[in-house]
Amino acid sequence: MTVLLPRRGLAQILALIVILAVDRVVSPQFFDLRLQDGRLFGSLIDVLNRGSPVALLSLGMVLVIATRGIDLSVGAIMAISGAIAASLADSHGLPIVLAAALGAGLICGLWNGFLVAVLGMQPIVATLILMVAGRGIAQLITEGRIVTFSSPDLVWLGNGAILGLPVPVAITLGMLALSCAVVRGSALGLLIEATGGNARASELAGVGTRAMILAVYVWCGVCAALAGVIAAADIMGADANNAGLWLELDAILAVVIGGSSLFGGRFSLVLAVLGALIIQTMNTGILLSGYPPEFNLLVKAGVVLAVLLLQSPKFSGLAGMAMRLRRTKA
Amino acid sequence: METSSDSVACLLEVRGISKSFGAVRALQEVDFTLRAGEIHALLGENGAGKSTLIKVITGVFARDAGNVRLGGDDVAPRSAKAVLQAGIATVYQEVNLLPNLSVAQNLFLDRQPMRFGVVREGEMRRRARALLADFGLDIDVAAPLGHYSVAIQHVTAIARAVDLSARVLILDEPTASLDRHEVDILFGIMRQLAKRGIGIVFVSHFLDQVYEISDRITVLRNGRLVGERDTASLARIELIRMMLGRELVETTSARAATREHQPRDVCASFENFGKSGYVAPFNLELHHGEVVGLAGLLGSGRTETARLVFGAERADGGQARVEGVPVRLHSPRDGVRHGFGYCPEERKTEGIVAELSVRENIVLALQAKRGLHRPLARREQNEIARRYVRMLDIRPPDPERPVGLLSGGNQQKVLLARWLATSPRLLVLDEPTRGIDVGAHSEIIRLIRELCDDGLALLVISSELDEIVTYSDRVVVLRDRTHVEELAGEAIDVTNILAAIAADGASHEVHA
Repeated sequence: MTVLLPRRGLAQILALIVILAVDRVVSPQFFDLRLQDGRLFGSLIDVLNRGSPVALLSLGMVLVIATRGIDLSVGAIMAISGAIAASLADSHGLPIVLAAALGAGLICGLWNGFLVAVLGMQPIVATLILMVAGRGIAQLITEGRIVTFSSPDLVWLGNGAILGLPVPVAITLGMLALSCAVVRGSALGLLIEATGGNARASELAGVGTRAMILAVYVWCGVCAALAGVIAAADIMGADANNAGLWLELDAILAVVIGGSSLFGGRFSLVLAVLGALIIQTMNTGILLSGYPPEFNLLVKAGVVLAVLLLQSPKFSGLAGMAMRLRRTKA
Repeated sequence: METSSDSVACLLEVRGISKSFGAVRALQEVDFTLRAGEIHALLGENGAGKSTLIKVITGVFARDAGNVRLGGDDVAPRSAKAVLQAGIATVYQEVNLLPNLSVAQNLFLDRQPMRFGVVREGEMRRRARALLADFGLDIDVAAPLGHYSVAIQHVTAIARAVDLSARVLILDEPTASLDRHEVDILFGIMRQLAKRGIGIVFVSHFLDQVYEISDRITVLRNGRLVGERDTASLARIELIRMMLGRELVETTSARAATREHQPRDVCASFENFGKSGYVAPFNLELHHGEVVGLAGLLGSGRTETARLVFGAERADGGQARVEGVPVRLHSPRDGVRHGFGYCPEERKTEGIVAELSVRENIVLALQAKRGLHRPLARREQNEIARRYVRMLDIRPPDPERPVGLLSGGNQQKVLLARWLATSPRLLVLDEPTRGIDVGAHSEIIRLIRELCDDGLALLVISSELDEIVTYSDRVVVLRDRTHVEELAGEAIDVTNILAAIAADGASHEVHA
């Protein structure tokens, strides 16, 4: 890996550049930007905007994965928070709507964290519970209908602009800055990496590993709830069946593309968000190219395989061996 | 190396077995002989090579050199399954059966009586009952195995092994989780099997049980054969010498007897501190500037004592005091808060965070102690890491290197540095020199002395009695999870420690 990835993040940046270049080939207007009504438009902005929910999810997911966990319930939490936001939007002010939706995410995160940190359940099983139940809860909230709303405040959250940037993009950037400040500005980053790297050793060193694990699931729940609100605001309605469907997998993918190991330990917030961008750049490129969207899934699988191979020490070993063999032959 | 007479027919002959893992030589030319119908204890401390030897015999590990003969035929080291078919069966401490299947299914797994492709449940149960009746067990064989006690699961595993026409039965720590009554049942079965001509290898660290059940004893140490003796003629103190590697040296080894200590203040004290089923309540006082050694055999309660003292395990009775003040000691966090530090024996699984750098590993405990909101700036971290890398001579002297890439000795120093950075008042070191090369070994012992001179209280566990004698001001001796003796000053020497460890062996020697 040291041979193939001389510096952290280089592989991801190269991948993004390659995909952008391919996008440029299939769609010559890909890099065009124009300003209209105080908001930027163009494919690039579109990538950022569409990528926001998954980027937000990956901000939470990366910390969970750093503790050697996983959160399968983020898609369901998106559905719950979207349903709550849509149901309250026309009767309450934005602060209350946001507080209720994010509060729901916090409670969901507490539940997951309780199961994992306190009861010691395996994260994949523990969060599977909410993954299944959460969509049911969301459907109960919306009473099985698609709840629409017209509150201009909430609509602005999905479609407005701040300094020319779509609001979801601004929120995602804000959350990225906030999490970097909190995680790297405090000792949280080190303690999370230590917990994920070796929980027993960290506990014996006096790290409050339980509190750490609980906290990352709560954070992940809040991030998912925010993503859910944005997704609902974007379509001006909440669809409990489809909101955030399968997005947990995209979020995990983004984290993995961002170079964090599913075995916990080292993580990077920025690279996880970059991973989400890579995924969305691919999605948008395939849509623009006019190929059927089914290709999307295959291409995605191909990219994941490539990234994982690059990260695998065994593969590096094989590649190294092949190179040595070639050299000896020569 | 001495071997008792070979007059009786050998059942299992192991000759010149060697096995290395990387650079570590786990076994070096080990011989082992098992006769038909005998119960043969295989003994040794941690890392002596018992498990490796068993795994080589059973074909789990491929051997580097040597051969295994069963009843005169070579046992090819092909696979674990082939060895099992040849007639060598093993029952491990954790029973390798399926708790969710019935007792009968477990007994006949992979060889169920069939008719027309259908398992004959009734026939299987009948045979299971008959089989277990031989072992004095009358239980509902249709109930899931997991419903029964560990003892019954063990007997089931043994019954299965014997029924697979085992000629050699290896029991690895079979009594570790059994109570006295269950042990008696198991021993009854073992004697009965031995009478039938089966050779039994019994691995245990309960010496009382070894003397009770075994005919002969083989002792390994550091991957080498120390000796093979008849149990009846082997005094307990001699056995312990063989296991711990002490020859009959009466000289008080390199003890720095010149160090005279003026009594110092009590740093931490423990009164009636204990946990049932873990370690019996003990009283222990640790003074500033004093090294207290914990000596005893494997499983005697040394590590358990250390974990209670640090707070890694929660005591269910007694009172801990720090500088005379009663304190709560429920978790490692409590221990760290009171200024304790603990370097566990299992460095890799409980000590280092392998993928993090030397710097991050060193500052971890200090950062945990300071809390989240008071992060150590990178500059401070660098400074701390550099200071300890220099002070303890950690090599290579690169604070950004992942600690997993360092040698064992240097990892141990990183762990010491982690605790020293927290300015502790008490350090608990569990086997600080295990698995460390000779150079680093003496360095760590020198460090222990220096830390102590700086006023730190130290509680050190070691299997190397020489070592304990060298640096300890007091030695607490443990046996059977109980603190049995405390030696101080001139009384600290290898002979006295051995005598204390072996103390209750007298009755057995009479009995033998």
